[in-house]
Amino acid sequence: MTLNERQQQNEALRSEFLRRSGVDVSKCYQCGKCSAGCPVGDHMDIPTNKIMRLVQMGLIDEAMQSSAIWLCASCVTCTTRCPKGVDVAHVMETLRQMAKDHNCVAEKNIDKFHTVWMNILHKMGRMYEPGLIVGRNMVTGNIFQDTSFGVPYLAHRKLKLMPYKSNNIDEIKRMIEKAEAMDREEGGAR
Amino acid sequence: MDYAYFPGCSLESTGIEFHMSAKAVTKALGINLIEIPDWNCCGASSAHTRGHWISLALPARNMAIAEAAKLDVAIPCAACYARSKQVEVEVSQSAETRAKIEEIIGRPYKGESKARNLTDILYRDLGVDKIAAKVVRPLDGLNVLTYYGCLMTRPPELACDDVEDPVSLDEIMKALGANVLQWGFKTECCGGSLTACRPKVGLDMTQKILDAAIKAGADCIVTACPMCHSNLDMRQAQLAKHDHNYHMPVFFITEMIGLALGMKQKDLGVDRHFIATEEVMCKLEEYEQEQIQKMMNEGGEA
Ligand code: SF4
Ligand code: SF4
Repeated sequence: MTLNERQQQNEALRSEFLRRSGVDVSKCYQCGKCSAGCPVGDHMDIPTNKIMRLVQMGLIDEAMQSSAIWLCASCVTCTTRCPKGVDVAHVMETLRQMAKDHNCVAEKNIDKFHTVWMNILHKMGRMYEPGLIVGRNMVTGNIFQDTSFGVPYLAHRKLKLMPYKSNNIDEIKRMIEKAEAMDREEGGAR
Repeated sequence: MDYAYFPGCSLESTGIEFHMSAKAVTKALGINLIEIPDWNCCGASSAHTRGHWISLALPARNMAIAEAAKLDVAIPCAACYARSKQVEVEVSQSAETRAKIEEIIGRPYKGESKARNLTDILYRDLGVDKIAAKVVRPLDGLNVLTYYGCLMTRPPELACDDVEDPVSLDEIMKALGANVLQWGFKTECCGGSLTACRPKVGLDMTQKILDAAIKAGADCIVTACPMCHSNLDMRQAQLAKHDHNYHMPVFFITEMIGLALGMKQKDLGVDRHFIATEEVMCKLEEYEQEQIQKMMNEGGEA
């Protein structure tokens, strides 16, 4: 890709980001407080304030490809403490949603966990933990991870064995499909 | 005091103690919880990673059912509370959002029915005096740490307590007679779903909190979030495999209230914890015996 092409692509990503997030990142003055209070900071490839800087500079593609945006636990400490009132957590969230739509997810296992969760929701309308544990392990290829906990969960009488069957599953399905269609429309990618 | 009740998915499984104890305790304290019929998952840790409308629509349906019955919604789980509060706030602030949400869920929802955190209802609507008045088995002598996690206090516009120094759990625990210790981890993140999908990172976060609790000299941690409870209680076994041996019991606030109200452990679900709670129970009993002995001695001297 030529520099010119990359610039054009980033211009498009930049306006998509602005439209989807509604956050004015130009307010950020790089004090670093968001990174200082971030509980996942030790593990991030790019610290939160640097993600903010990338977005400010219009380098959305780099921010979108980081693993940091997926390790973000959505604890919202950054937003709560930012002295400039920037909704940092929402920036992270928008980048995650965009990374998914643009097919550049750096943390595949975390993404798959959410996919399994949403699939169960689609089918049943409620969470079904045995399905979540097994489904997640199957897609990540890590069949035995955490099944060691399924057994103690049972021993502690904590798992419901039969999934809940909603009487209104059609209504719930319709609702989920409508909401997802609206998200797709506004995302405008995929 | 009538409320619609939204237990959420965790309270049917990994956080079943919260469900059992919340129902038992509210009944004893005169709070009437009416479970929302055929409620659906609020989307919790996943829907918001997928899109804005899906994350609002899921809790909106439950809130709309409660609004049709003209009831505010009592929500024990911190995550369900935050998700439900978010749609309530967004719908009541924007006619445009409201119209879109109503179109998606196919039901009217004006944002008049409020999402209320159960701990906040106990603390603010009922009040600690009313709780203290019902205590038959004070938790005197028990050193506890209160742990709020993320979603009771953040983001600020949805918070039901102070963002940096929340007090509701502290005040309730004091009313039960416990000694509330101070620490810097009240609102630290437990790792949430990262403990499941990125264990190295998630466990590291859980471990920091447990380390701090041991250092503070706590007998136990008290929380109001099923995700936090699950991470702190269940993951201790996983940490033990990495040479970190902990034995730190973790209670839900409603279990603590139930114990102080004289309810049985079994009825509150306390016997379902991963980390056994015997030591806490023994400590309470020993303290009780000591006090009785003291009273008898003083009586003898007089
Ligand atoms: S806390 Fe706010 S102003 Fe400071 S670096 Fe982070 S986003 Fe920028
Ligand atoms: S919301 Fe994400 S980026 Fe912000 S402090 Fe929490 S984990 Fe860090």
